[in-house]
Amino acid sequence: MFRMIAIVAGVGLALAGSVEAQTPRKGGTIRMTAPYGSSFTSLDIHTTQRAQDEIYAKALHRSLYIWNSAEGKPVLELAKEDAVSGGGLVHTFKLRDDAYFHNGRKMTADDVIWSYTRIMDGTKAFPGARFVRVIEGAAAVEKGQAKEISGLKKIDDFTIEMKLTEKVDPGFYFFTALTSIYPADEGAKESFIQHPIGLGPFKFVEHVPGSRIVLERWDRFYKPGKPYADKVTVSIMAEAAARDVAFRNKEIDTSVLGPAQYVAYQSDANLKGTIVEVAEVFTRYMGMNPSFKPFADKRVRQAINYAIDTDLIINKLVKGKAYRATSWLPLTSPAYDKAMKPYAHDPAKAKQLLTEAGYPNGFEFEWTTSQNESWGLPIVSAVIPMLDKVGIKAKVKQVETAVLAEVVRTGDYQAFIYSQASGPDPLAALKCFHSSTPQPACNYTTFKNADFDKMVDEAGQADDPAKRIQLLQKANALLYEEAPVWFFNYNKAVMAVQPWLKGVQLNATELTHQNVEDLWVDETSPAK
Amino acid sequence: MLSFLFRRLLQTIPTVLAVVLLVFVLFSVVPGSIASSMSDDADPQVELRMKKQLGLDDPVYVRFGKYIAKLTTGDFGTSFRTREPVTSMIAKRAWPTLQLIFAAMAFAIAIGVPLGFIAALKPGGIVDTLAMVVAVSGLSIAKFWLGLVLMYLFALKLGWLPSFGYGDGGLKYLLLPAVTLGVSPMALFARTTRAAVLEIMTADFVRTARSKGMSEARVVKWHVMRNALVIILTTVGLQFGGLMGQAVVVEKLFSWPGIGSLLVDSVLQRDIPAVQGSILVVVLAFLAINLLIDVLYGVIDPRIRYA
Repeated sequence: MFRMIAIVAGVGLALAGSVEAQTPRKGGTIRMTAPYGSSFTSLDIHTTQRAQDEIYAKALHRSLYIWNSAEGKPVLELAKEDAVSGGGLVHTFKLRDDAYFHNGRKMTADDVIWSYTRIMDGTKAFPGARFVRVIEGAAAVEKGQAKEISGLKKIDDFTIEMKLTEKVDPGFYFFTALTSIYPADEGAKESFIQHPIGLGPFKFVEHVPGSRIVLERWDRFYKPGKPYADKVTVSIMAEAAARDVAFRNKEIDTSVLGPAQYVAYQSDANLKGTIVEVAEVFTRYMGMNPSFKPFADKRVRQAINYAIDTDLIINKLVKGKAYRATSWLPLTSPAYDKAMKPYAHDPAKAKQLLTEAGYPNGFEFEWTTSQNESWGLPIVSAVIPMLDKVGIKAKVKQVETAVLAEVVRTGDYQAFIYSQASGPDPLAALKCFHSSTPQPACNYTTFKNADFDKMVDEAGQADDPAKRIQLLQKANALLYEEAPVWFFNYNKAVMAVQPWLKGVQLNATELTHQNVEDLWVDETSPAK
Repeated sequence: MLSFLFRRLLQTIPTVLAVVLLVFVLFSVVPGSIASSMSDDADPQVELRMKKQLGLDDPVYVRFGKYIAKLTTGDFGTSFRTREPVTSMIAKRAWPTLQLIFAAMAFAIAIGVPLGFIAALKPGGIVDTLAMVVAVSGLSIAKFWLGLVLMYLFALKLGWLPSFGYGDGGLKYLLLPAVTLGVSPMALFARTTRAAVLEIMTADFVRTARSKGMSEARVVKWHVMRNALVIILTTVGLQFGGLMGQAVVVEKLFSWPGIGSLLVDSVLQRDIPAVQGSILVVVLAFLAINLLIDVLYGVIDPRIRYA
């Protein structure tokens, strides 16, 4: 499925640019934009999970794995081999012996162990801890019960053994910048956060807080001939309208488009060809608290799914910049079942279900939301009259995004609307509904279903990939039936790319996260 | 003059303390924490340890005491997020913000004051009407929209200026954000100047000056302008403070690296030391500008100095 979407979008890219296959040009400057805030959170990428920060981190840092957009899966990056043993729990990684940090020192196993141990510092709440926790003994370090991760052993300078607590693909856990490998000696210094050093294709030059980051080519990058460009700038541009002017003025090479601009660019003959889009692994939904009596009844939750004209909201309000959600797993998930159909818009059925559940006259609930344009107040405002038609009254409680994150983790809500990662690993995504997953982790609706748990557990133990996918599809279908949430949409990420920028990858995990070493600009780029 | 300065300095201390207390208490009670903003699934035990390490588990009054003690040594604390000293974070942003505000103010004064003055010399005339149309429009216009129009015109259509960014901090990058920020105070200065000049033109001392046979040019220069300046200066002082707040919108629109965007991001990320430090700097700047204005009052009008 992912390949199909990638191919379709790739055709658009090909039409937009030169038809002939071109040899990547060396040199030039790539001018990217960071659209998700008015600053970078930190130059210590271990401390921040904002998509904004990973944009520059993809140029500066490297992790054990990297996301391969063409294949739709993580692949080895800092390791050359992964030998699996111990019933799928032990991974022996042969590390690259040609990876150099930007201070000229060669990466070794010590750096990997140091980086993962740092991430498990139990006084720092590093967001990458949720990934490293899969290594045996990592949780003990986080709790302060151990100094070293027992499941991580250095065999030699370029070999490490990693023992996991469960049989998972470590690629899904160690591909983001949250688990970047730092130089053990430099990473401990206070100066590191002013002048970060990584293993990426570009080295740090300058950070103007609130404005830009500048990076230049690292000549000792381990991939021969790469990176192509001499320089990368990442400009912070939180305002969509300002990005639009800058993009039209050819001052930037990439610009993330919101719903309104998506429509405008599609209808502009000069800009239509610049559009690149991909189904990202984020599911937007309304979570319902089962401790609020009406939501404890499956029929009420299903009634809400039937009562809302989701397609209408996606087409008219989100301007088609989303894919209709059927269940939890998104289109680009390997376990997405394309035979599944979403809940139909059927208010009569909703009324019937409400009556059966003992709410013939509906009920009232409080709906906590942020102001987000794609999954916040505008959506809630459009849904309220639809629910009202079946007798359900919703009272809006508006909070800012940081507060909403706390609300969903603590369960202090009757209903909330949110956007949550639902991939790329389908097993990890569905584990968020496993009864053993604590609410603050990601089981925000405290979903509990023995059949579901069994399917997910069996999928986790399955050696046969086909069987695993089959089990996950069944679990996903059960979620559809149980409807712990209103399944709203899967994000369609849309970015405008200047015709001179080549090599853009359709990254389903986050479109703005590009493997910058594969990007190049042709001679028509106006940037020096 | 020195005792005047000393008195005014003393008067600022309670204001600063009140602001520090207010911000401190406010961010002790708002929901959300640094741990929750850092990680979606931070272990509650990790959150507790993090709070302990950051000193957030102490009672509010203890934390406030420690904070004040640090402030007296010029230490604004360390950012929860970046682990940088807050003073260093603010220092990086202070110059661009000052650049922006001073440029906006220079534009506003250079255009607004003469415009108001000329308008007042012939009230009801074409110049007056036009000036007031400009003034009312300038006050009503949304900065965000104006900024976009300027970008569209001067960057996209004419190609004279870059549409965004700080670049090397040079004039070509500064012009559009400064004009965007400066239009509203420019309009206010034009209106204030016009009203002040019109009022003074009918004052007894101006009539007396004219009756003594003094030329109109001398009357305007020595009596009208000088007296109007006191009122204009008051408006300028107040606008400086206002601009520090309004700069947030302009900084964000033009990717300008100022204190405003630091403050907004720090609030969203619950980086309390950075929030406290940023607000404190804005307040101190506001007080400093007003102190300067008070001193200038004394220079312009000796009655104030000797009062």
